Amino acid sequence: MVSTNKQTVIFNNKPTIVGSYSIGGPLESKGPISDYLSYKLQDDKLNEDTFEKAERKLLEHIIFGAIDNAGLKLNDIDVLLGGDLLNQIVSSSFAARKFGITFIGLYSACATMAESLALGATLIDRQVFSKVCCATASHFSSAERQYRFPLELGNQRPPTSQWTVTGGGATILSARGDGPVITSATFGKVVDFGIKDVNNMGACMAPAAMDTIMTHLKGTNTKVEDYDLIATGDLGKLGSEILVDLLERKGIKLGQNYSDCGNLIYNKQEKVFMGGSGSGCSATVLNSYIMHKLLNGDFKKVLLVATGALLSTTTSQQGDSIPGIAHAVCIERSK
Amino acid sequence: MDSEKRNQNYNMYVDAKLPKTKLFPSVAKAFLVGGLICCFGQLCLDLYAYWWPTLSEAELGTAMLSTIIFLTAILTGFGVFDWLGAFGGAGTVIPITGFANAIVSPSMEFKKEGIIFGICVKMFSIVGPVIVFGVVGSVAAGLIYLII
Repeated sequence: MVSTNKQTVIFNNKPTIVGSYSIGGPLESKGPISDYLSYKLQDDKLNEDTFEKAERKLLEHIIFGAIDNAGLKLNDIDVLLGGDLLNQIVSSSFAARKFGITFIGLYSACATMAESLALGATLIDRQVFSKVCCATASHFSSAERQYRFPLELGNQRPPTSQWTVTGGGATILSARGDGPVITSATFGKVVDFGIKDVNNMGACMAPAAMDTIMTHLKGTNTKVEDYDLIATGDLGKLGSEILVDLLERKGIKLGQNYSDCGNLIYNKQEKVFMGGSGSGCSATVLNSYIMHKLLNGDFKKVLLVATGALLSTTTSQQGDSIPGIAHAVCIERSK
Repeated sequence: MDSEKRNQNYNMYVDAKLPKTKLFPSVAKAFLVGGLICCFGQLCLDLYAYWWPTLSEAELGTAMLSTIIFLTAILTGFGVFDWLGAFGGAGTVIPITGFANAIVSPSMEFKKEGIIFGICVKMFSIVGPVIVFGVVGSVAAGLIYLII
């Protein structure tokens, strides 16, 4: 079936989640999702000499973990879909170098996890591939290095800033098997409401989340109440407040079933300002907390709307505004 | 509604929602930390004057600054200074501690990229503008001095 709104895809062939794996860094392992993590890092350098290598190793570990969790072998996987935040998505491609399987590198900044799931589900539904591994990670220290200041610089963070998650997750999708099923997905449009503040990603991405949520609800003919959880990726505290306002103006009321992965991942007392962010944020929360709740039946229908800010240090230094994107996937517990 | 108007409205709406930095605690912390650093500087000056009475005032000043720069570099290396800076804000930036920390932290961070392209190039990535303004300013001051 060709999508009617050119964004939403309905899957009839049940792309099924047969395995998942998540890793949280030391700070994430102290947070509310701690109990659901597959693995907790003690050392955020993973015995490597640079943070870039640590992020790569993190991804390798996550991918192996998910394949193992699905009870599969590496050569059962047809294709690896993955991305990260580093320039030229080096963590993913360098991790893929190790595996020797087909690799499709993706980039939607922090929306990469949902992008990979939406694309993976499409590839399975249209019978292009039968087993797909979707993996995304990020690392606080490598992201700080690339986007902001040296770690040891004694600067103050603005109150609207967010904390890049050290961690990530991988999901194995299969044409057959038991597990939660991806029933629909909406690929997002790039939306820019003219925000230029690099320290306020939530405000940059909220309009994109609004756009994708509205498109998805319309495209699938569902209402907010039909979902047990609607989770945005990393809008953070301010961004999710903005999203609630924006949607309310459009006549859509988000209720108790709305959460943001950036708000779920850290304890309130941690000094993470507006909450978690980074491509690992939604990947970690999805593959730990959300997956756990889908498997034990607390959640029957979840809409993950991962959000990404598509800037680079060059574009923001040149004074460009920051475009956002959001991709949505609907995951349902199989009957 | 055209997109320019929409963006303008959205920016205004976001500005109104921004959490405000609490002025009094920030200023108080900066005053406390900055003040303590300056007291320590004064202590160094007085001690050095007592230990080495033959040194001129300018030489004493240089010795005091070197001490503070050295200590900041050490504290940065031990990972203490980022915490102090996040607490003290401008109180640590304004004295020479801020400059020293801004040189040492990128040098440490980019060590893995090599001595030339890592340490030497990145060392000035934050303080570069300060040096440029310092040099340009002193040239301008020199020219004015020459004329009058």
